[in-house]
Amino acid sequence: MKKIMLGNEAVARGAYEAGVKFVSSYPGTPSTEITEEIAKFPEVACEWAPNEKCGAEAAIGCSVRGGRAMTCMKHVGMNVCADPLFTASYTGVNGGLVFCVADDPGMHSSQNEQDSRNYARASKVPMLEPSDSEECRLFTKYAFEMSEKYDTPVILRLHTRVSHSRSVVDTKDPEPITVKEYVKNPPKYVMMPAFAIGKHVVVEERTKKIIEDVSNDPENVGLHKIEMRDTKLGIITDGAAYQYVRDALPNASVLKLGLVWPLSEKVIKDFASKVDRLVIVEELDPFLETEIRAMGVKCEGKELFTMLGEYTARLLKEKLTDEELPVPAFDPAKLPEIPGRPPVLCAGCPHKGLFLALKRLKVNVTGDIGCYTLGALPPMQAVDTVVCMGASVGMAHGFDKATDHEDSKKTVGVIGDSTFLHSGVTNLMNAVYNGSSITLIILDNSITGMTGHQQNPSTGKNIRLEAAPAVSLEKLCESLGVVPEAIRVVDPVDTFGCEQVIKEELARDVVSVVIARRPCALIPTGRAKKGVEASVDYDKCRKCGACARIMCPALTIDEAGFPVIDAESCNNCGLCVNMCRFDALSKAEE
Amino acid sequence: MDNQINASIVLAGVGGQGTLIAGKLLGILAMNLGLDVKVSEVHGMSQRGGSVVTYVKIAPEVHSPIIEEGTADFILSFEEVESVRWAKLLKKGGTMIVNTQRIKSLPVLMGQMKYPEGIIESLKNASGDDAKIVPIDATALSLETGTTKATNIVMLGALSNYFGVSDEQWQKAIEEAFATKPKTIPGNLSAFEKGRTAGQA
Repeated sequence: MKKIMLGNEAVARGAYEAGVKFVSSYPGTPSTEITEEIAKFPEVACEWAPNEKCGAEAAIGCSVRGGRAMTCMKHVGMNVCADPLFTASYTGVNGGLVFCVADDPGMHSSQNEQDSRNYARASKVPMLEPSDSEECRLFTKYAFEMSEKYDTPVILRLHTRVSHSRSVVDTKDPEPITVKEYVKNPPKYVMMPAFAIGKHVVVEERTKKIIEDVSNDPENVGLHKIEMRDTKLGIITDGAAYQYVRDALPNASVLKLGLVWPLSEKVIKDFASKVDRLVIVEELDPFLETEIRAMGVKCEGKELFTMLGEYTARLLKEKLTDEELPVPAFDPAKLPEIPGRPPVLCAGCPHKGLFLALKRLKVNVTGDIGCYTLGALPPMQAVDTVVCMGASVGMAHGFDKATDHEDSKKTVGVIGDSTFLHSGVTNLMNAVYNGSSITLIILDNSITGMTGHQQNPSTGKNIRLEAAPAVSLEKLCESLGVVPEAIRVVDPVDTFGCEQVIKEELARDVVSVVIARRPCALIPTGRAKKGVEASVDYDKCRKCGACARIMCPALTIDEAGFPVIDAESCNNCGLCVNMCRFDALSKAEE
Repeated sequence: MDNQINASIVLAGVGGQGTLIAGKLLGILAMNLGLDVKVSEVHGMSQRGGSVVTYVKIAPEVHSPIIEEGTADFILSFEEVESVRWAKLLKKGGTMIVNTQRIKSLPVLMGQMKYPEGIIESLKNASGDDAKIVPIDATALSLETGTTKATNIVMLGALSNYFGVSDEQWQKAIEEAFATKPKTIPGNLSAFEKGRTAGQA
């Protein structure tokens, strides 16, 4: 049946059609929807794991026990699960095992622009790369078959323009879910030196065998497309870049690689021999180019194209044709200068109050990954560092060590509930164990916010919104050795109260944890009822502007200098009410 | 009514204005007509009031999902300033439908910049005869159906004047796009009609 699907939906569909038994992932843009779509198939076991390493290890376990399994992540998530990946390459599989990773060239919503293809080569795991939604479905299905045929995990590499583009998919009926027999086999599954030495030989033989099979049948084993047109120019490309090549150079001959690692020298050399000029078109790193040059094939690549950002058909036309480039209808010189529109913490985001407190305290803030990364931007500008998931805690500890505790009097780490459970916990354990005096603030909004509201182990619900045991952040911190009196719970909307508590905890010479707890304004438990909003008493208002300084999208100042509340977007959180010293603002009864 | 579309359509707006759903609806419409289609979205920041854009390409065969400088047949701008931000995508001879709603962004709220005046005139001025500019108050028209949330469907109604697609096909696409929220279908059909009428002028 024909349906229009996001690339991510089509990956889920492909896995479902392949009879996947279990999917375990941590959310991350642009990969999140894959696992959310899997959750809609009730017969598939599906979960949000606390982090990518947990997700990968659970999937490996299911595979070894005999079920087909998949774990999905964004590119930086692959760093987190690199450890299990590299050794699962040695153990191989029982049920098919797929690691699905979504890269983000152009960094639409990521902290770096790493190229996951390097992981395929480094871990010696074959990697497939689809370029539209129908290929997402087909390649995912094939990834499970390939995994079982060659006894290896398979990596499926997506990126933003494939994951988040909709195109037509021809769905097929699913295969039944089967779980194969499990036979104890320590030499295969116990990776200690004596066995691993033998398995490394198997891994190298496996790669050779894959290359041999691709050489004999590039279309069916490698999922390559060999499109011979005009032979003056030949392009080798992969993934979404293929689409730009087809738009910009409709007459060029193209070798589109489905399997991007390992590469068959025979397939590459056959294609190269048929064209006069060979150009490699690939976003990010010169991954294919390096391999192809090492084969002794003459080609061009990164001397023409950038290693930064996304490519376009325009860029290819500019570099490889004499064609005139399209001219826009508007003369840019005649258009007015316009204000930018950066993303902001939402109207009614209660955690804005906490950041305002940090701004007033003028402390150093080691930040983390999530909505609250936006605390680095105006108007708060209260975040000093953001590196990766969980780093806020470790870096605050590093500030402590660099100054023999001195800076812990004026430094806080800030992390969300989901990020804390992802990889903040071990860092907090380290800080307590090694005598730090850091103050950690956990912004507990009861959800994984930035990626679009996924549940996590502290929310009391699982991926299918069924009731689940909820981790108590207080008890968890206490069990790590944080003293009970240094675990404080505050309401972030009470911005001045937060300021006081943070001051007290900064002064304490052991590890403190301040839990700022209030649900995200966009989820049912955090959202005000329709028609309930803050109001202004214009007789009391002195037009001091204090309420406007919180920069709430729901509160603007009119030409006379009075605040105006936008009923549609106000969430009745009361932060503006707390800012007013003249009682001119009030919360509505809920 | 030949039920054929061959067009690159940019949907530009502010997070929360419904550009993603409008893109999805156009995708359903094209697929039902048996045409090739790609809809490219950027998620992540969309719920946080940032500038958002969705590309829809409909043709017998579509490769790249991205609409590049000077290649859009249509720009549907859901907000005034956003029309200027994405203007460079419109090709010569293209049409821009602009919702005259204004949403102040952070630099305006902070008093660092003023919200520019006379955007529609500036757009006309900067394009001369090379573009058709169609302003409509889509948010007000949507509110007539009881909610501002159908602004996106009003915009699609305005766009429908430029396609030879039958009413039945539009209605079917709207019903399929809102299949999970059937209560909203009558309001959305009404919003579509309002947009279609307003866009004719």
